[in-house]
Amino acid sequence: MNIATLFKLVPDLVEELEIDAGGTSLDMTWLRLIISEFDDHAIEQAILLKERSAAQVTVIAPGVEGVDEVLFTAAAKGADRLIKLIGDFEAGVNNHSLARAIVTFLKDLQPDLILTGVQAHNDLDGSLGPLVAGFLGIPYVGYVSGVTLSNGKVIAQKEYPGGLIARIEVDLPAVLGIQAAEKPPRYVAVSKVRQAMQTAIIEEHKVGSLDPTGGIPVERMFKPEAGTRAMIIEGDEREIASRLIEIFKEVGVL
Amino acid sequence: MNKDIYVLIEHLQGRVADISYIMLAAARTLVQDTGGEIVGILLGYDVQNLASNLAADRVVYVDHPALAEFTSDGYQYVLADLIAENKPRAVLFGNTSIGHDVANILSSRLELPMVSSCQTILSGGKFVSQICGGKIMAETSPPGMTTLVTMIPGGFKPEEGQSETAPNIITYTPPALDDLRVSVKGYVEPEPGDVDITKEPILIAVGRGIQNQDNIELAEELAKAIGGVVCASRPVVDQGWLPISRLVGKSGNKVKPKLYLALGISGAPEHVEGMVDSNTIIAINSDATAPIFDIAKYGAVIDMLDLIEVLTEQIQAAKG
Repeated sequence: MNIATLFKLVPDLVEELEIDAGGTSLDMTWLRLIISEFDDHAIEQAILLKERSAAQVTVIAPGVEGVDEVLFTAAAKGADRLIKLIGDFEAGVNNHSLARAIVTFLKDLQPDLILTGVQAHNDLDGSLGPLVAGFLGIPYVGYVSGVTLSNGKVIAQKEYPGGLIARIEVDLPAVLGIQAAEKPPRYVAVSKVRQAMQTAIIEEHKVGSLDPTGGIPVERMFKPEAGTRAMIIEGDEREIASRLIEIFKEVGVL
Repeated sequence: MNKDIYVLIEHLQGRVADISYIMLAAARTLVQDTGGEIVGILLGYDVQNLASNLAADRVVYVDHPALAEFTSDGYQYVLADLIAENKPRAVLFGNTSIGHDVANILSSRLELPMVSSCQTILSGGKFVSQICGGKIMAETSPPGMTTLVTMIPGGFKPEEGQSETAPNIITYTPPALDDLRVSVKGYVEPEPGDVDITKEPILIAVGRGIQNQDNIELAEELAKAIGGVVCASRPVVDQGWLPISRLVGKSGNKVKPKLYLALGISGAPEHVEGMVDSNTIIAINSDATAPIFDIAKYGAVIDMLDLIEVLTEQIQAAKG
């Protein structure tokens, strides 16, 4: 079983996000990028499958600043091959560009199963997983929170609202969009990541020029208007608690 | 390209999803300026009755045993044919477990442009998407060819997409569907939880700000003091700190309690979808820019862990 896992880096939402001077994109100057949360779950799910079925796991990501550390972290968790796509990614690319770039590598790798996060918080022109599936002409199932291999197929646990789960059988090769791995992404000690930096190799794959067709240019980017913001309770924790007690009484829950 | 707006009518287990009505309401805005009709696309097997209250000018109904359950393959084959034959101006899908699976794959398969997470449509047909956990809005214009759009709730009310008059229904014969690569083997119903959070009047909701499993106990103590129940956003459930029966949001429960106290929850759209209809929302978060403050009635910018024990003590004192 040959498993490919795709991830991208996204702005850390803990940081203050600013719009750039052009008003059509985020100001990336000081922005801290982290692995998209659902992609982290996809890597975990791939490693869990490897532990159960001796699969080979290849992790693939666009080459932007900070990606090496995330690739080495994946190696420390158990990934076998690390692929960094080399192209003009630093300025930010849309998901159609990225999906096409990834497909150039996947056509050579020919994985049986491709796992990636179901979506990323900055997706604006679709999500990576199903776009890749469409370009490759292979099936896709998203919102997956469990994967079992069975007679050359996979059974994916697909989530619906209200906690309902569908058991979906999917022919391989296929792409699955992971909502949550069966277990939370494992923690790896910094020492293990450092060790991976010494032993693991990041392979570089040139992708040529990027084709963004399919995305729509942003005309205006802005922060939501703050007109309906909450009435903010000021003070230290005791003062805030006292005011909350009053509010609880006002709304009739105390 | 014609002027019509297609809306994929999502349904599951015999019930039309609210997002379908929301999208029909959104479609009304799109046709207001430029004309064209709103066309509901209903795929299924023996479910024609689900079309009866759709606020659409007409409904294209596709009936086939292979469409009895949603699969991305079955839906994409039918929709690819319909879109190629009719070239509507836009096709609206929910940004959901159904719509997201189909819209994206059609975008790359048919080489059609795509807009994600659209919440509002402005007059003139501009799409406004909500991204980055609700912290950023992005405005785009339709590019002059069939555009695939995934929509999130918040911009339109489901009631606006319902009608007392049944729409005209046109049946459509689907392409061959005997070679699907994706099939449903069954459903696993949610296990009955210890409590049904959709019926609780007071919910103490915890998010990433709870930091670790040990702190769940602090939330439990607060809930016990006020007579409520603890629920959570996705990261807490994914960590296994609370069972999925306590999940509020897109893939969990939709709740409407009297009080929703959101502790350390940022207010990502996926969570907001499940609790925005609560009577009184109070948000406690250390990040003053967290989107949760945009929907809460009251808020305090403080680390939930600095507040929670003091609040529990004061509630206990107030109750005597």
